[in-house]
Amino acid sequence: MLSFILRRLLTVTPVALGVSIVCFSLVHLAEGDPLSSILPVDATQETIDAMRIAYGYDKPLPVQYALWLWKVLHGDLGTSIATGRPVLSEVGRAVVNSLILASVATLIGFTFGCLFGFVAGYFRDSVLDRAASAISVFGVSVPHYWLGMVLVIVFSAQLGWLPSTGAGPDGSGNWKPDLEHLRYIILPAITMSVIPMGVIARTVRALVGDILSQDFVGALRAKGLSEFGVFKHVVKNAAPTALAIMGLQLGYLLGGSILIETVFAWPGTGFLLNAAIFQRDLPLLQGAILVLAMFFVALNLIVDVVQTALDPRIERG
Amino acid sequence: MSTPIASSPLSPRDRGGPGQPLLTVEGLVKHFPVKKGIGGKKAVVRAVDGVDFDIKKGETLGVVGESGCGKSSTARLIMGLTQHDKGEMLFDGERIGSRALPLREFRAQAQMVFQDSYSSLNPRMTIEGSIAFGPRVHGVPKRQAIERARSLLARVGLEPARFAARYPHELSGGQRQRVNIARALALEPRLVVLDEAVSALDKSVEAQVLNLLMDLKQEFDLTYLFISHDLNVVRFICDRVAVMYLGQVVEIGPADTVLADPAHPYTKALLSSMPSMDPDNRTTVAPLAGDPPNPIDPPPGCRFNPRCSLVEDVCRSQVPPLAPVDPVHRVACLARQPGSGHSAAPALSVAA
Amino acid sequence: MALGTSPASSAIDIAGGAPPLTSTPDAFVASRGFWGNVLAKLLRDPVAMTAACLILAIVAIALLSPWITPMDPYRGSMVRRLKPVGDATYILGSDELGRDMLSRLMLGGRLSLFIGVTPVILAFLLGSSIGILAGYVGGWLNTVLMRTVDVFFAFPSVLLAIALSGALGAGVFNSIVSLTCVFTPQIARVAESVTTQIRSRDYVDAARLSGASTLTILRAQVLGNVLGPIFVYSTSLISVSMILASGLSFLGLGVKPPEPEWGLMLNTLRTAIYVNPMVAALPGLAIFIVSISFNLFSDGLRSAMEVKS
Repeated sequence: MLSFILRRLLTVTPVALGVSIVCFSLVHLAEGDPLSSILPVDATQETIDAMRIAYGYDKPLPVQYALWLWKVLHGDLGTSIATGRPVLSEVGRAVVNSLILASVATLIGFTFGCLFGFVAGYFRDSVLDRAASAISVFGVSVPHYWLGMVLVIVFSAQLGWLPSTGAGPDGSGNWKPDLEHLRYIILPAITMSVIPMGVIARTVRALVGDILSQDFVGALRAKGLSEFGVFKHVVKNAAPTALAIMGLQLGYLLGGSILIETVFAWPGTGFLLNAAIFQRDLPLLQGAILVLAMFFVALNLIVDVVQTALDPRIERG
Repeated sequence: MSTPIASSPLSPRDRGGPGQPLLTVEGLVKHFPVKKGIGGKKAVVRAVDGVDFDIKKGETLGVVGESGCGKSSTARLIMGLTQHDKGEMLFDGERIGSRALPLREFRAQAQMVFQDSYSSLNPRMTIEGSIAFGPRVHGVPKRQAIERARSLLARVGLEPARFAARYPHELSGGQRQRVNIARALALEPRLVVLDEAVSALDKSVEAQVLNLLMDLKQEFDLTYLFISHDLNVVRFICDRVAVMYLGQVVEIGPADTVLADPAHPYTKALLSSMPSMDPDNRTTVAPLAGDPPNPIDPPPGCRFNPRCSLVEDVCRSQVPPLAPVDPVHRVACLARQPGSGHSAAPALSVAA
Repeated sequence: MALGTSPASSAIDIAGGAPPLTSTPDAFVASRGFWGNVLAKLLRDPVAMTAACLILAIVAIALLSPWITPMDPYRGSMVRRLKPVGDATYILGSDELGRDMLSRLMLGGRLSLFIGVTPVILAFLLGSSIGILAGYVGGWLNTVLMRTVDVFFAFPSVLLAIALSGALGAGVFNSIVSLTCVFTPQIARVAESVTTQIRSRDYVDAARLSGASTLTILRAQVLGNVLGPIFVYSTSLISVSMILASGLSFLGLGVKPPEPEWGLMLNTLRTAIYVNPMVAALPGLAIFIVSISFNLFSDGLRSAMEVKS
């Protein structure tokens, strides 16, 4: 097992390096000079040159990359142009908020996804199955930012039950686990949960159907095992894959929350990215993307290792 | 059949005369690298590890052995589908891949029929399209190629009007294998390698296809390399038999001799593990015990020694050469080698 | 021995025990070929057909919109802002600048479909070329190409799309470029795995034995068998691509105003959710209908293409 983890780490390293190269290139993809957004319009050529040297943009790209990577490895993601604060602390605060939202959403999505998936898989081709399938198709087809708007229209604008934007009553940037803050997380979390719900329901349906059609289930039934006993076996066999998908979905949500966070003005990474893009705050954009992508890579690795540990059928060789 | 397919007389292609073997394989070696452990320590599977044999013109040579003994790998090496590491292959006296006989030219004279009849036909091609593909590649005009395909279909027993435009999934396994045979014949080969070509078929269909193969051999003057794990089938169709064990030939000789009076303990074990229809003909020799050893790490000395009933100390240190027991029959067993040090070995003076 | 029982004269033995012609006219089945069968199955799938008809209708309306919109989609009116759905003049209401929603939705479909479908087409061309090449050639080329693909897989697609268009800046062209970058690796991975699978089939070996060149084998034996699965996978991406493309516009990273585009319209109408929620939700509904239609059609296509042997 240890050698398996080490080998996986070995294969992840080049991917992580590649990710860092992509993030580094982002700044250079931008039109014109990376400095153009911070320089005054009437800057003299001398000022520009001085700034280029100060920021290291005069060096060849590979050298710039090496210097940048060195700093990143020491926890220095640069300084935000808009706020002047270190990028790492800005991203850090936002990631916590995003993680809270994404986790709640994943949990909701996982619960309902499994429920629908199990029902559909157990009662294949019944009305229940078709209903559950319809819900999962809805989940993967609906533009989630629109769903958020619809929920706001119904539950905030029309019914006035729940707040429409923000993470808390005081307009503060941080979510706290109390009853008042809970009301703020309901709508964005439900909106977000629809994405993993559809995917998980589909997978679980296929898994359950597959397991039920296998010979060992017939043998269990023939042995006189109760339907609940059979159900336990099905859960045990479906769990590793379902959990793995849940883990991956958490990563997707964390990285893909920008649209939903924008709709609900949730003070997370999506909101931060949005601000970074429109203020042309490229260091902040770069830092946020790097952190999120690395988080996703790490999550993938963890899911892979945990799934291998749980499921004896996966070869560790 | 009305249209003779092998219309060209064989003489211009036959270079060395009837005495020269059609195919000679010498010291053929193929090791597949596999990674083991965390550091990626290199290990090799010795799939084919020094194989020698030859096939005479017009004969059927059977190759038998357990699965994983290197039969199919040998076939793929001969056809150049896999690159060999060491060894030489001569086709009618010319080295395959040399300037005198480039691989492409060799392949026009040697074709192969695979085991899996479904996987060996393109599911998006009609069967006449599949058969005509080879001739089309070699520049035969489309209409002529299709015509040839249809006459071949008729020859292998599939009525062209009904079958030519069908797709593989619309045919039964036996019918598909007939198509594969027709495809192999489309380029007018001299050698046909049949890699477990009938193994996947039902017994009754298998018998029909075997009869077809025997007829085709006569009609088109073919030479067969017939790979199988079924000794009954081999006895039925083959003139000579080579027995393979862990990437090496352990016994080779006329089918009647090898299968009736085997010289190698492995061949004996193989034969005794075969069910017999005759209750008086009970198994007397112990059938094979255990699995074949790992081809990554074969045992020292004779590779069969861990499973052999005649094993002695000398078998664990000395590698037995493939040596003749009579002029046409060769075996790699120390117990049959004069002066080998094995207690059952014949006396030295007997050696001719 | 069993073989002895087989008929001695094998010339009589025809067709390996082929069943006699049954009532199904199999000559007809055979002549239809693979795609003919797929089409026939699709035509019998009511869900997929409904989805296909919806897509065709929306595409047709979008293409014809410059000529058939009931009103000028660009002309606003300050006094007639945010009319509700069902208004006498504005059937689907009017937007925050008093422009006719129906006309804008019709014309908006053109851009939405364009920025949603184009990236998938481009990614299909690029991704299948990369994947087929990597899968067929194998070796170090496969390693280099597929490791690069892995790097892009390390980004959730929404994040990658936003990172790229965020860095490139707003605009239709940039949004298409970044979405193409998002989908190309996904298609390449599918293409690679399908090609690797097909390459190991015996009929590819048989084609090599017939002396055909690599290019001929690719064209005649491999392409026809790999493009189908890749195509089906690509159609399943259109739905995601539509949502993402409109999402980029929704964020202000795609189409620029005053061009009508569903995602952008959704964004500018956000302020209207308290005044006229029905109108505000309409553009999103349009995206949803197109997206779900593509998903259902793609599902139908996939099951129609499953060859049962």
